[in-house]
Amino acid sequence: MTETCYSKEHEWVKLKDGVACIGITEYAANQLGDVTFVELPQMGKRVKQFEMLCAIESVKAASDIFAPVSGKVVKVNDALEETPEIVNESAEDAGWIAWIEMDDLAELANLMNRQEYDDFVRGLE
Amino acid sequence: MDELKSTPLLAEHKRLKALIAPFGGWNMPIQYESIIAEHRWCREKAALFDICHMGEFLFKGDLAASGLDDVFTFSVKRIPVGRSRYGFLLNERGGIIDDLIVFRLAEEEAMVVTNAATIQKDFAAISARLVGGEFKDISAATGKLDIQGPLSRDVLVGMFGPEISGIPYFRSIRMNILGSDAIVSRTGYTGELGYEIFIPAVKAVELWRLLSSDERVRPAGLGARDLLRLEMGYSLYGSDIDEETTPLEAGIEQFVDFDRDFVGRDALLSQKNEGLKRLRVAFRVGSRRSPRHHYGIFSDGSRVGHVTSGAFSPMLGCGIGIGLITPESAKIGAPISISHENVTMDAVVCDLPFYKEGSLRN
Repeated sequence: MTETCYSKEHEWVKLKDGVACIGITEYAANQLGDVTFVELPQMGKRVKQFEMLCAIESVKAASDIFAPVSGKVVKVNDALEETPEIVNESAEDAGWIAWIEMDDLAELANLMNRQEYDDFVRGLE
Repeated sequence: MDELKSTPLLAEHKRLKALIAPFGGWNMPIQYESIIAEHRWCREKAALFDICHMGEFLFKGDLAASGLDDVFTFSVKRIPVGRSRYGFLLNERGGIIDDLIVFRLAEEEAMVVTNAATIQKDFAAISARLVGGEFKDISAATGKLDIQGPLSRDVLVGMFGPEISGIPYFRSIRMNILGSDAIVSRTGYTGELGYEIFIPAVKAVELWRLLSSDERVRPAGLGARDLLRLEMGYSLYGSDIDEETTPLEAGIEQFVDFDRDFVGRDALLSQKNEGLKRLRVAFRVGSRRSPRHHYGIFSDGSRVGHVTSGAFSPMLGCGIGIGLITPESAKIGAPISISHENVTMDAVVCDLPFYKEGSLRN
C-alpha cells in the first residue's frame, strides 16, 4: 500500500514500513497562510480516526488537525517547533507532522485517493 | 448593504495575484506572497503599501476663529507649519471617535488624515464643530502610498531628488511628483524609516508602478502592516481603541493637551479623578502561540480583561498582544495568562514598543 490517502479535513497519510506518516495538504497550508505555531501531539498519544490530533496556528487563524487514522503517535517532527514555516514550504513532504502506528489498516478505506481529493477540493472552490 | 469600495490600484493587486478581502468597507490586498515575507522585507528593505483608502480632509481659514483649534486633543495652531501631530477626535464621553494625524500645511491650511472606515463619521463630527473656514472631504480625490523600510529614503531620493533626504520625522514637504502637487511626509505605521506620499488619486497607479520598478521595493499588504504596527504597540482603531475607550484607558494620554479646551476634556478629567477601571496592557507570550482579539486575560485565576490585538511577532519569535485589564494587574513583569476556549498561554506584562530596533529615526 504505497498510495497517499487524504481526509476531508485535508490531512494526508503515507505508509512507511507499515507506520502512517501524516501531515496537512498543500491546499490546507495555502488556506491557512503563514504557519506560526504547530502544537505537536504527545508521543504515545492514542487517537481515533477523525478525532482531534493537535493544533496549528497561522497569522490568520487557529485551527485543529484531525487524525486521519486511529493509532498511537510514535514520532513527531520536532523541526516544526522552531520552524513551523516548513509546513508552508513543503506541506506534503518535509512538513510532515507525526507518525502513527495504526490500529487497523482497513481504516484507509475511509479516506480518499489523490484523484478523489483533488475533485473534493475543486468542489469547495 | 453598501458595496465595497476599491482603490485605484485594485487592478495592480489582481495582476500581482494578491489575496484581496474586505477591510473597513474596502477591497484591500491582505498579502501578495506571504505576510511573514512581506513583513521581513519592510524591516530589511522597502515595502510599498496601497493606503489610498484612508481619509483626507482639507481645512482653509482661521484656525482659532473657525473652531478647528478646539476639535482635537491637541491644538492645530500650535503645530509649526510643515509639521504634523497625532492625536484624537473625542466624543463628549471622552471616547475616541478616531485617531488621526493633522498636517499644518500653511498658516491657514491644515490636512486631517483619518482611518478609512471612519471617514463619514469623522467628517460629520468635525464639520459640526466648525463655525467658520472652508472644510472639504478630499479623500476620493487623494491617493496615498506608504513606502516603509530602511532603504526607503534612498529609493525616494534616487527617484525624486535630494530634498527628501532632509525631512525630519513627523515633517512633510510639498513637491512636484509625476507632474502633480504631492505631499511627502516622514510618517508611517511600521516603526521603520518611511514616508507617506499623498498624490492626486489619478496619479496613484503611475506612482505605484514607478516605485515598484525599483528592485529594492516590494508590495506589502494589510496582513504585514498589522504585524509591523503591533510590534510597535501602535493602536488599531476598531480593535484597540473605539468610541467606548478613552485615551487614558488606552495608555496614550501623551497625545492629549489638557491645557486648552477640547470636546471630551471634562469627561477625561472626571475619569482621572475617579480613577481608571481598566488600562492598556502589553504582554509577551511564553511561546509562539498567538493571542487574538477577545481572548480573555487572567491574573491569579481571575479574569481581569481581554485582548484587543494579538499576533505572532516575527521579530521576537513569540506571541505578543495588547489588551485592556484592571489597572492593578497591569504591572510590568507581572505574569498573566491568556485563554480562549480550550487554549491557554502564559504571558508576562511588558513595556512598549515590543520591537525596539526599528530604523524609524535613522
